[in-house]
Amino acid sequence: MTDEITLNCPMPFNDYERVVLAHGGGGRIMHRLINDCFVAAFDNPFLAAQGDGATLNLSGPVAMSTDAFTVSPLFFPGGDIGSLAVHGTANDLAMCAARARYLSVSFILEEGLLLADLHRLVDSMADAAKAAGILIVAGDTKVVEKGRGDGVYITTSGIGTLLDEAVDAPPSPARMRPGNSVIVSGPVGDHGAAIMALREGLLTEETQLASDAGPVIDPVSALYRQGIDVSCLRDPTRGGLATVLCELACASHLGIYLKESLIPVREPVRDTCEFLGLDPMYVACEGRFVAVVAASDQARALQVLHQHGCPLAAAIGEVQQADAGTVVLENAIGSLRVVDRLSGEQLPRIC
Amino acid sequence: MEVCGGQTHTIARYAIETLLPDAITLIHGPGCPVCVTPLAMIERARILALEPGVILCTFGDMMRVPGQGGDLFEARARGADVRIVTSSLDAVAIARQNPQCDVVLFAVGFETTAPTTAMAVKQAAALSLSNFSLLAAHVRVPPAMSLILSSPENRVDAFLAAGHVCTVAGVEEYPDIAERFSVPVIITGFEPLDILLGIEGAVRQLESGVANVENRYARSVFADGNPLARAAVSEVFEVVDQHWRGIGIVPAGGLKIREAFGTFDAQQRYDCDPGDVSEPRACMAAKVLQGLVKPAQCPEFGRGCTPEHPLGAPMVSTEGACAAYYRYRSTEIVRLAHD
Repeated sequence: MTDEITLNCPMPFNDYERVVLAHGGGGRIMHRLINDCFVAAFDNPFLAAQGDGATLNLSGPVAMSTDAFTVSPLFFPGGDIGSLAVHGTANDLAMCAARARYLSVSFILEEGLLLADLHRLVDSMADAAKAAGILIVAGDTKVVEKGRGDGVYITTSGIGTLLDEAVDAPPSPARMRPGNSVIVSGPVGDHGAAIMALREGLLTEETQLASDAGPVIDPVSALYRQGIDVSCLRDPTRGGLATVLCELACASHLGIYLKESLIPVREPVRDTCEFLGLDPMYVACEGRFVAVVAASDQARALQVLHQHGCPLAAAIGEVQQADAGTVVLENAIGSLRVVDRLSGEQLPRIC
Repeated sequence: MEVCGGQTHTIARYAIETLLPDAITLIHGPGCPVCVTPLAMIERARILALEPGVILCTFGDMMRVPGQGGDLFEARARGADVRIVTSSLDAVAIARQNPQCDVVLFAVGFETTAPTTAMAVKQAAALSLSNFSLLAAHVRVPPAMSLILSSPENRVDAFLAAGHVCTVAGVEEYPDIAERFSVPVIITGFEPLDILLGIEGAVRQLESGVANVENRYARSVFADGNPLARAAVSEVFEVVDQHWRGIGIVPAGGLKIREAFGTFDAQQRYDCDPGDVSEPRACMAAKVLQGLVKPAQCPEFGRGCTPEHPLGAPMVSTEGACAAYYRYRSTEIVRLAHD
């Protein structure tokens, strides 16, 4: 390697270990990164065509969504920022009852990022996309100076086609009715608790924490296929279960009545949150969703979810006419209180 | 009166007051470390944070307390290096990792957090760290209880003492309080059932006309507390009279770094005098902290003062009575707001 550097000829030195500014400079080094890393991993004819954009052939109603991902650390138990960036946007589309078909992705790379890490997370994106039948058809790469990014930021935008059964009545808070059952597809708070435990050095084999990051389209499409009357879908990512339920109560101008004892929270998640002074109801999930369904379909909806990858799905409450715009929670000891949005970040308590 | 903000939080979160007969009123005590930290101290922290080359470490709750020139989040947005730590010892680690910077630990809290702060100072001394110092505002609970009971406006018939404070500091200061003021002191935990047990203990004593110290948090509290933690605290700190925000000077109500560790005292090391500071006039935090009014009785509660725009510290911390009331407010309050 040192021999190459001593050459007088200003040849680009290609075998970089880390991202350098030239990887976003538009020249050969960038071109090589795009071909060797992105095009090779995402491997599809749209990218291979190397156009300025992709020309798609879609028919029927489509949904579109976009999401930016800024996770630190980049790799965590249960996933990494790459697969998260695919699932995140695909899940947003699933909440529109749409199956993601095409994604675009833009990377903001920080100078100094290990190229091996970049390859690893790009492969993880490719695997996640392939497993979900999604093609990554367009992309962009920028490099920022060291200290101006957090390794890598990823933004994905996606287009999905609506599930046939949802075309006539796509899920929406406007479809919610008093009496509807509120179902959550699994235990809440796993992703946020795992990330915070990792950052705080609390993660050991004993803690048994892992992100729940993953796709939700299969259980969603199973609900529709089985003829469940779905009013509304929402994924409790940032702000957690409490925040999305507040949003739904507000948007529907109806109340939501929850029973705390019915909300599934894993023991290690509860303990980690208790230790850090956080409330699991406000901690992010990345592979769960809330489904508001007709009361008469509640039992069947749970059965369908239990059979389609959500064994711990649970009915946690119902939509009500009273207390419009408000989420009311019945505590384990039988008293009632309001569940409010957070004011800002959830901050660890002092003691 | 429940002393600790963690207990207030549980009471609000589980709406325990709605389960009690009318004869029992819960008065929320001053046990929120963020709330009783003097405004001048918060200003000092902000001034230090904005010093070039300083990394200010503090606990999450302190970030949002408004000083006169904004809170620590705003200082961070203006370029200050402010880091949230979950343990005082993290600040020592940060000082070791950043020898080119001066690390100041802004440490607040009761007997519960004082031991880790003491350990941080001891560790820094053992490592001869010259870039670590402490802006400390640690306070002691029993003297504040005595002060509240001495006030002519006192409404407290019984105390639910702060279980975690007792876990560290033991219970030796309480028999004197119970006897002198004829109030039952029930050492109480933090789960909803702990609170109910504490209330039950207080009611039983009041009905039988006795005033004793009773440990209803025996799974955590031993009579002499945690001797190792107490030894660390008294090695590093000495007991002094201290200003509590909203309450005033509490005799023997605080801890000051001993002269032997004076090189780690940020107030000796830096010029960070904030000059005159004054409390926002509309805020009734002082009365709330003394248990004289309930948060919702303040005319600004939920109107001029919300967690997004707090006028006083009790609306900031989750342990503050105002924030706990606001966050877990009853459906009645929400209905009122809608009407």
